[in-house]
Amino acid sequence: MWVRKYRGERMTELVFLLIYAGVLVFVVGCVRRVLQYSRTPLHLRWELYPVPHEAPERVKHGGSYFEEGEYWKKERHTNLAGELSFMIPEMLLLKGLWEFNRKLWYRSFPFHFGLYLLIGAAVLSGIGAMLGGFAFGAALFAVARCCAWSGLVLAALGGTALFWRRLTDPELRNYTNLGDLVNVGAFALACALVILGSLTGVLMPLGAFARALFTFDTSVKLPAMVSAGLMLGSVILGYIPYTHMAHFVAKYFTYHEVRWDDTPNNAKIAARVAEYLTYRPTWLAPHIGADGLRTWADVATTNPTVAPEVRK
Amino acid sequence: MKNVDIRNVSRRDPEPLVQVQKNELKPLPGQLEQGDGPAFTALNPQTMEKCECGLDGTCALNLPKPKSREEEDALVKKFLSGVEKLFTKENNWTFLQPLLLTMEHCTRCQTCSDSCHIYEASGRNEVYRPTFRSEILRRVYFKHVKQGGALSRLQHGDIELNWPMVARLAELAYRCNLCRRCAQTCPIGADNALVAHELRKVFSMEMGISAKEIHDNGSMKQLKVGSSTGMNPAAVKDNIEFIDEEMSEKTGLEIHTPWDVEGAEYLVLHNAGEILAWPENPGAFAVILNAAGVSWTMSSELVGYDSINYGLWYDDAQFARVALKHAQAAKNLKVKKILIGECGHAHKALSVIADRLLSGELNIPRESSMTVLRDIVASGKLKLDPSRNNFPVTLHDPCNLVRLMGVVEPQREILRQIAPQFREMEPHGVHNYCCGGGSGFAIMSPNNFTDWRFQISGRKKLEQVMTAFGDCLDPSIPKYVCAPCSNCKGQMRDLFSYWNLWDKHQILYGGLVELIVNAMTDVKPGFLEWAWH
Repeated sequence: MWVRKYRGERMTELVFLLIYAGVLVFVVGCVRRVLQYSRTPLHLRWELYPVPHEAPERVKHGGSYFEEGEYWKKERHTNLAGELSFMIPEMLLLKGLWEFNRKLWYRSFPFHFGLYLLIGAAVLSGIGAMLGGFAFGAALFAVARCCAWSGLVLAALGGTALFWRRLTDPELRNYTNLGDLVNVGAFALACALVILGSLTGVLMPLGAFARALFTFDTSVKLPAMVSAGLMLGSVILGYIPYTHMAHFVAKYFTYHEVRWDDTPNNAKIAARVAEYLTYRPTWLAPHIGADGLRTWADVATTNPTVAPEVRK
Repeated sequence: MKNVDIRNVSRRDPEPLVQVQKNELKPLPGQLEQGDGPAFTALNPQTMEKCECGLDGTCALNLPKPKSREEEDALVKKFLSGVEKLFTKENNWTFLQPLLLTMEHCTRCQTCSDSCHIYEASGRNEVYRPTFRSEILRRVYFKHVKQGGALSRLQHGDIELNWPMVARLAELAYRCNLCRRCAQTCPIGADNALVAHELRKVFSMEMGISAKEIHDNGSMKQLKVGSSTGMNPAAVKDNIEFIDEEMSEKTGLEIHTPWDVEGAEYLVLHNAGEILAWPENPGAFAVILNAAGVSWTMSSELVGYDSINYGLWYDDAQFARVALKHAQAAKNLKVKKILIGECGHAHKALSVIADRLLSGELNIPRESSMTVLRDIVASGKLKLDPSRNNFPVTLHDPCNLVRLMGVVEPQREILRQIAPQFREMEPHGVHNYCCGGGSGFAIMSPNNFTDWRFQISGRKKLEQVMTAFGDCLDPSIPKYVCAPCSNCKGQMRDLFSYWNLWDKHQILYGGLVELIVNAMTDVKPGFLEWAWH
């Protein structure tokens, strides 16, 4: 019933609503993820070298400030340039994958870079739509169109290659669920639908589409396959933050707050840990001596080999 | 590559999931030979009857088989309550964030697999894949902790939670050296070694299940008598006195170890295993520190003379207790700093992991012996003759000291100065391979577990050592693997002995301080004894 209702002109309305919803759910999901991880307690140090914000002469061999005599008396080095020189190639080019899993890089890089180009196209189109009829806006649409086309092709090819790997690589058999196939398969399919729809239907200028999307002008007509691709893409967009695919959020924490967090104890950290030491663990093993009433501080200062009456 | 369906971990039949055969393992370097047949000596039938040995034909934990289904169910329930606690801040504030990130964002792309020396050495056996145990925990997490329904199972997979699965997972937690080489290669930053660590915590802190060597005979004994070696304060002082006498005789210098000196510059913390197994190591430290005019002391306070902290590998409470005792011993003596001897895990435990636990007066600076020794050597306070060390030397990088703490260059600066034939292993530094004894394995030898250590976890290091000395394997040339870590030395002693490297190739292992003292011109020549020990 509703399908029939939304056929024809009203299909655009549905596409636009799904795009708005997808973006909204995506943003909400990402914020939720960020809050989830940033609200966890400060963990014990668990850094892993090399740490790129170390002094440049130490980054070369992966060294830390522990290599310096009396390091605690010296000013701590935090080298932002070092971090950026690691992060930028990692984020844009997937450098780690290139280094440690070249076979996967050939599949994963086009996919991810394709998505970056699509994001770039969306941002540029958005800016172009806001600029209205300015010549600069037209130029932005031209660049956005290039980004969109190359992004769609790369993401479709990369997504298909990743899908095929998941399906056929015996190494991944234990680690591939239906969800994994759907995840990459849906990306590839959405991109393919938009490409095919654009090639076979009457192609609408990107600028006009962006302006219509911004103004909720549902009078514009979209080829059916493009509509299907956009709707599928919107659903995936909203779904990403609720899956492991939100690793772009996780990666900030795994790198900055785990691997590279070498901050020595200080008053701020001590205050936070002092609070955690008031938590009351409930671990059951007898040697822990946790009963839900005793705090971590009590547990840590108890010698389990001494009889309770002696402990007191 | 041997494929094992992950769902088989819940299989009820008594046969192990995998039986490792020698011909499946990574081939050894050309000079070493290995026949066919099972990689491990068969387990004792009594052990197989009484203990859970359903993983891979070896048994690290001697986990007793439950006597009834009710007992099994109670254990499974306890395991699940432990897993739930892992994801609460009240019980696991210490590692909650990194664990959550790994559980929820590993893409299971298997990039980490090739970096794991155990997986590689085993001939890519599926159960040793870094993601294998993580995937089991992940499925339990999404199904039972997050209470995921059918949709979640499509996304994350399913697993039957029963006692055989839990028992196999307990053993699996002890098939990882916790070296975190896998984490280094993960594009997301997921950490499968952390998962092994956290699983060990569930078993120890909730279920009271751990390796006897690291709990009963390790941290518990240390907290009871002062040292996991069983040495009480009187015994350790006696032994050190004996070492002082030996060293004085051997070096021609008057060696005296100061005890309980208030206000000393350094409290020196040795792994007490050195005192019994490699007395020349604490002896050499005493020679160097005295010759350099350093103000130092040892502590005879309970736990204050043994730097080990096995809790690092399996139990946060035990870890915190020992770390606090180390800091307390330093505080009581009013020393300015703590100097950590040649023990990798003690370095990381006290300098890195305990850092946020040691506040206020307990936050006494901890310094690596590598750094202090480098500064002493560079200062010119010791007269050194590198020609006394004119034999091939290679350096093993203890994971805890190097990859996990970033102390990479100081030991190399020393070796470049005192060992003319120093050569690196490949890869080295922060990309090194574990010796195969990490995370407690070096001291674990139940049943046929030593076979596993020498055939699998130590295999990559064996290959590295043989390759580093590839140009001088002739037994007429003595060679030295410098391993500035007590646990690594323990593994090398046993590994080299198993593969007969001393008799076949004259490959010896030892610490860094021994090489420094061997080069000291004030010391009688021949400090380093070219004899197997």
